[in-house]
Amino acid sequence: MLIRKAPDVRYSEVTPKSFYVRRREFIAAAAAAAVGAAAAFSPAGTGRARAQGARAKLPNVRKGPFGTDEKLNSFADISGYNNYYEFGADKDDPARNAHRLVTRPWTIRVDGLVKSPASYDIDSFIKPHPLEERIYRLRCVEAWSMVIPWVGFPLADVIKRLDPLPSARFVEFTTLNDAKQMPGVRVPVLDWPYVEGLRIDEAMHPLAILAVGLYGEVLPNQNGSPIRLVVPWKYGFKSIKSIVRIRFTDQQPRTAWNVANAREYGFYSNVNPTVDHPRWSQATERRLGEFFRRKTLMFNGYGDQVASLYSGMDLRKYY
Amino acid sequence: MTRFAVFRRVVFAAALTPAAALVYWTFTGDFTANPIDFITDTTGTTALTLLVFTLTVTPLRRVTGRNELIRLRRMLGLFAFFYACLHMLTWVVLDWFFDVASMAADVVDRPFITLGMTTFLLLVPLALTSTAGMIRRLGRRWQQLHRLVYVAGVTAVIHSWWVVKADFRQPRLWALALCVLFGFRAWWALQSRSGSTRTRPAFQNS
Ligand code: HEM
Repeated sequence: MLIRKAPDVRYSEVTPKSFYVRRREFIAAAAAAAVGAAAAFSPAGTGRARAQGARAKLPNVRKGPFGTDEKLNSFADISGYNNYYEFGADKDDPARNAHRLVTRPWTIRVDGLVKSPASYDIDSFIKPHPLEERIYRLRCVEAWSMVIPWVGFPLADVIKRLDPLPSARFVEFTTLNDAKQMPGVRVPVLDWPYVEGLRIDEAMHPLAILAVGLYGEVLPNQNGSPIRLVVPWKYGFKSIKSIVRIRFTDQQPRTAWNVANAREYGFYSNVNPTVDHPRWSQATERRLGEFFRRKTLMFNGYGDQVASLYSGMDLRKYY
Repeated sequence: MTRFAVFRRVVFAAALTPAAALVYWTFTGDFTANPIDFITDTTGTTALTLLVFTLTVTPLRRVTGRNELIRLRRMLGLFAFFYACLHMLTWVVLDWFFDVASMAADVVDRPFITLGMTTFLLLVPLALTSTAGMIRRLGRRWQQLHRLVYVAGVTAVIHSWWVVKADFRQPRLWALALCVLFGFRAWWALQSRSGSTRTRPAFQNS
């Protein structure tokens, strides 16, 4: 090891003349490097939310069931603090980058174990469904949460319309995977495209919706426009964004985070304060906008509605 | 003022920038939707950056032959400790608000917190013995003690690695930086060893 103390000589005694001349540049470069290093990460998190995509009111939105009187998070917070790795891994990257996403025209492919596989234009896909507002808690696996007024329609209605075969036991969703619009997919953080899935009976549950809006407006791109899943009793990453494919299958889908790290992210990923993530506790969460942590509720507080889906299952094993 | 003194001040100011920015953002409210997480990440990243810079001083000094650089080492090390303190206090005050039981459980149950705490505890004696008086008083033992900074570098990098969910680019970069820095030192250690045998030809002849 070479940690020797500096000989106590004045540098002016040992520095050759040429260095004096170049020192100005040296100092400038070093200072720039130091300031650059300090600045490089500092302002990273401070990009204020911008709504990306057309901010347009959605017509004829009625109030839906399962409301909550908890305080809503602001539009700025909901659209400025996102995990959407296709647009970058930092929380404000999606708000910064999602303007590149083109949401019209948009096609959703429906295939697998379904009566008539087909591709749908997004607007004709949405059209048969009356829009309703659903105010849900969202609990991220990173132990923070929000309350969000989604606009959407029950996934169950969509599935009935698409008419899967009786052999279909799971439904799998896929996010757009386009490096031209999504700078994040150039980085092999996950095995792109992002894939999520539900058991058919979970997908048919009245709480599960496909969302197309937020605060009565068209969904901002960074929140998963033009259409995303919302399953409020599961950790946020199950609620897949910007869906381009819906596939019915008899095999449990290979979901993106489960493939990335099966020990940390199970297929079910129900919110469960008694089963810790290997690296952090799930017992408490921070509701964004609040100072003190609050206790995390079983199934994110939707236990009365969904617990029966899992009766008889060991939720420590099927986390 | 010598040019190097100016440079030192510039480095001092740069090292203070993240703290100043945090104070500024406190007043502007421009703090993301999750301020506590943002403060934790900013202070943690700054602490690690400065710790790695501290470890860079000696190799840089040897490579460039510019001995005066050594005068940056203590300053950078103390700044690293300063941000580590802020980082730890963020956790104690803002994240858990002195909930001792939960914090203790965290340190025991979560390896990344265990390593964060280990890193912090390793830095404490180094900061306490950083004064000129201590250096004089401890003599050779000062150098031995301050080798702990390598251990702290390693535990800090692992701590930051275990924080990450999937995008390991940044921790990988830190690990690489440590490997390069340690590589330099290992190489020089080997050289000085073989160098010392070369300076003993008389011994071989006898
Ligand atoms: C008492 C000791 C410590 C505790 C309790 C602690 C705790 C934490 C926590 C809770 C996080 C954030 C995790 C998240 O974002 O979810 C974090 C991140 C981090 N900590 Fe620490 N830490 C400690 C000491 C240290 C020290 C001494 C260093 C460096 C010298 C350090 C460097 C980092 C870094 C680089 C990050 C990652 C920041 C990022 O997300 O970019 N920590 N730490």
